[in-house]
Amino acid sequence: MENSIYLDEARDPLIIAEGWMKDGKDVAIATVVETWGSAPRPVGSHLVIDADGNFHGSVSGGCVEGAVVTEAIDVIGSGEAKMLEFGVADETAWQVGLSCGGRIKVYVERLG
Amino acid sequence: MDPYALKSLNVERRARRAAILVTDLGDGRDRIVREGDPVAGELGAAIAKAFRTGNSGSVEVEGRTFFLNAHLPQPRLVVIGAVHISQALAPMAKIAGYPVEIIDPRTAFATPDRFPDVALSAEWPEEVLKRQPLDSYTALAAVTHDPKIDDFALKAALDANCFYVGALGSRKTHAKRVERLLALGASADQIARIHAPIGLDIGAASPAEIAVAVLAQAIHAFRSRGLESKGAVA
Repeated sequence: MENSIYLDEARDPLIIAEGWMKDGKDVAIATVVETWGSAPRPVGSHLVIDADGNFHGSVSGGCVEGAVVTEAIDVIGSGEAKMLEFGVADETAWQVGLSCGGRIKVYVERLG
Repeated sequence: MDPYALKSLNVERRARRAAILVTDLGDGRDRIVREGDPVAGELGAAIAKAFRTGNSGSVEVEGRTFFLNAHLPQPRLVVIGAVHISQALAPMAKIAGYPVEIIDPRTAFATPDRFPDVALSAEWPEEVLKRQPLDSYTALAAVTHDPKIDDFALKAALDANCFYVGALGSRKTHAKRVERLLALGASADQIARIHAPIGLDIGAASPAEIAVAVLAQAIHAFRSRGLESKGAVA
């Protein structure tokens, strides 16, 4: 509940994405656009990814970030945005999932 | 995401101004909407609601799905006066999600011993507010009873369009305050925004109960931003 009234620029994903862009890097932005059940991160949360797979922020409690990073590198290459959906960890349906039992939808788009 | 949209969004966020990034999930096009920008129709209504609640989400309008990512500054509460009410108000407000800063030049009142874990300035409001200006995502409660300390801060809060401005004191005390604020150049409309006597009328008797009344009033003001015309704020 420590709410700073100013942005934590060193950790803010959107500030970091802008910095990467200024450095000439290719960047993807992933955003939680929908949640069902007990999702770890609220709608609107961001994960930002560069073409080398570096990332900041989060879209879950660490459960699906790996998969999002992989997809984001694709999105950086193709320029085509993707909508990803993650549910409860289930080997038959998904390689990765949320152990909390929730479901999330993540929109991944290239910056620029 | 449009790089220009990202830059504009970060400018707003750094300046503690609210903005919403509206993304058409069909074609990926996006744009920034600032608080007060006119947007018509259903989308406009959804945007207005997102500014009020701070909640992000999708909305379907005429067969298109838009994602609204609401970026609201962290609201905060500045309390003028390191008094008994403030001792109760500071921890309550923090729990409710409104970080508190207390300002009181009287060093006997503004001691870390009386206010553990609170941002505390034993200085005149003039000095502190020069460093950390008030803004529309700040609430201000003036509770010293001392015009020398309260008046400047109240005028500054009205000028900065703080989402809540409250002042401790009876109606009689407030009538005199109104005269002084007019003399300082505040308009009658501005002065009408001051909640005085301070706090929702819940019959609060103790300092802690008054703190509850003040906090509830500030939250009400925050959550009804933009709705002033539809219902008077208590």
